[in-house]
Amino acid sequence: MGDLFPLIVEHILLVLIAIAIASALGVLLGMISYWVPYLDKIILWIVDSLQTIPSLALLAILMIFFGLGNTTLIVGLVLYSLLPIVRNTYIGLTGVSPHLKDAARGMGMSRLQRMLKVELPLSFPLIFSGIKIATVTALSIAVMGVLIGSGGLGYPIFRGIQTMNFHAIMTGTIPVVIMALVFDFFMSKMEQKLVKRAK
Amino acid sequence: MIQFRNVNKSYGKKTILDNLTLDIKAGEFVILIGPSGCGKTTTLKTINRLIEPDSGEIFIDGKDITKMDPVKLRRTIGYVIQQIGLFPNMTVEQNIALVPKLLKYTNEEIDEIVHRLLDLVNMPYEENAKKYPSELSGGQQQRIGVLRALAASPPIVLMDEPFGALDPLTRDTLQEEIKKIQKKLGKTIVFVTHDMDEALRLADTIVFMNEGKVLQMASPEEMLQNPADPIIKSFLGKHMNNGNNAANMVASDFMRAKVLTVPKTKKTLECIALMSRRDVSSLIVVEDDDTYLGTVSVDKIKAEGKAGKEISELVTLESMTVNRNSNAQEAFELLIASPTGYVLVLNDDNTVAGLITKTSMAKAMGEALWGEMTQ
Repeated sequence: MGDLFPLIVEHILLVLIAIAIASALGVLLGMISYWVPYLDKIILWIVDSLQTIPSLALLAILMIFFGLGNTTLIVGLVLYSLLPIVRNTYIGLTGVSPHLKDAARGMGMSRLQRMLKVELPLSFPLIFSGIKIATVTALSIAVMGVLIGSGGLGYPIFRGIQTMNFHAIMTGTIPVVIMALVFDFFMSKMEQKLVKRAK
Repeated sequence: MIQFRNVNKSYGKKTILDNLTLDIKAGEFVILIGPSGCGKTTTLKTINRLIEPDSGEIFIDGKDITKMDPVKLRRTIGYVIQQIGLFPNMTVEQNIALVPKLLKYTNEEIDEIVHRLLDLVNMPYEENAKKYPSELSGGQQQRIGVLRALAASPPIVLMDEPFGALDPLTRDTLQEEIKKIQKKLGKTIVFVTHDMDEALRLADTIVFMNEGKVLQMASPEEMLQNPADPIIKSFLGKHMNNGNNAANMVASDFMRAKVLTVPKTKKTLECIALMSRRDVSSLIVVEDDDTYLGTVSVDKIKAEGKAGKEISELVTLESMTVNRNSNAQEAFELLIASPTGYVLVLNDDNTVAGLITKTSMAKAMGEALWGEMTQ
């Protein structure tokens, strides 16, 4: 158990770094899709397509550019996490009541002010829900990192498969499942609070 | 002062504003009314450039607004919408403070504004400022909506059916409040509604629109008297009571018919007793044939009367009289001038028909305006 703890920490760290980058990038792309007519279809199509690439293949392709190591895994996780975040940001922004947008415009708020003070705050519950989905998914996909030489809980699982050691597979899998459940539970709680407050 | 000059707007083939020319005077409460699709809301929204006209010009205080930065323009014009549109993620205070913040007022100034405005609608700062809009009733929310529009003291406030979604009781209260506020602060208010009651109640000037044009622009009184078009007539509906309006009413329409008269042969003490029993301070005295002789007041009897004398000796002609078929305005002017506070109405044969007092006048006026009163 002693050597499992650093792996768990490393696993979470990799996922959190990737989610932080994906959130910033995803919200920005969501805003651009909302702002620029026609670009919404293109951006959503691209993030949709990224999601359809099998994770193993995506990591293999990225390895060509970024080599072996944590960077490749983080880039892969970011690309994978974009879809729910971009999509939810876009849906959230377009879904803000037209009356509120009308009021904001009528009061003399510029486009950026409307975005920062009204549209983004009101979309935040939905954006957060996208981030939650991305986080939980990324926690399990990060296991693949072992194949491209990055750390995390993929290592005990992979070694277990190679040595046909069921115990080793489980020592890697169970923490991943528990982490996913814990993240899902707490982030759902926060989501409920956000939705309640927005009403 | 807002001026529209040949403003056109169409969506596809549908013309919304048809060569609209309109002047709105500063400090007036102007109501835009008309059937749905008449262009009233579009007209309103061209003022703060939420809608851009296809052609024509709009001036505010002589400045062409199409040459102004729309964002800056809107900060100088208050805007209230039917759906209220308070931002649910901000407190009451933050909602009100929004435009002053955009205009970079200092925190002290903003604080003072929020306090003063909440006082204006009797919603104490301590109880309300930190609440979120969802914690307020619909009426309170729209009060805050109005305050938010007033926060940066814009000379012009646009209101798009602001009270349309409220229950009738709350609407009444808010109408009263907004009228008071408008008078007090001297704002120019442009107000869209489809409710003629509301228009007659609030407007200094009513602009009746249909198919993108102004059909009539007039004061409520003038519109009631001379509606320029059958559509306007149908909108006025119950408010038009078949020509029975103030202009062609006569004196007898305003009078109280049941009056107390005494024959001139009545004795002074009897008269005093009668007056105290009926709780009046003067009596109308008539000749034997019931024609009008004059009036006598209790003070006069007390000062000069001797017991057992006939009342006819004390009669004066100080009370104003008017023929029952006289013009109502004449009767009204006499009433205002009358030292006794009433005017006597006489029939053609000089018998007494009734009495016009300030109460009977007000009641009749009320009925002419709003129909039969219950009391």
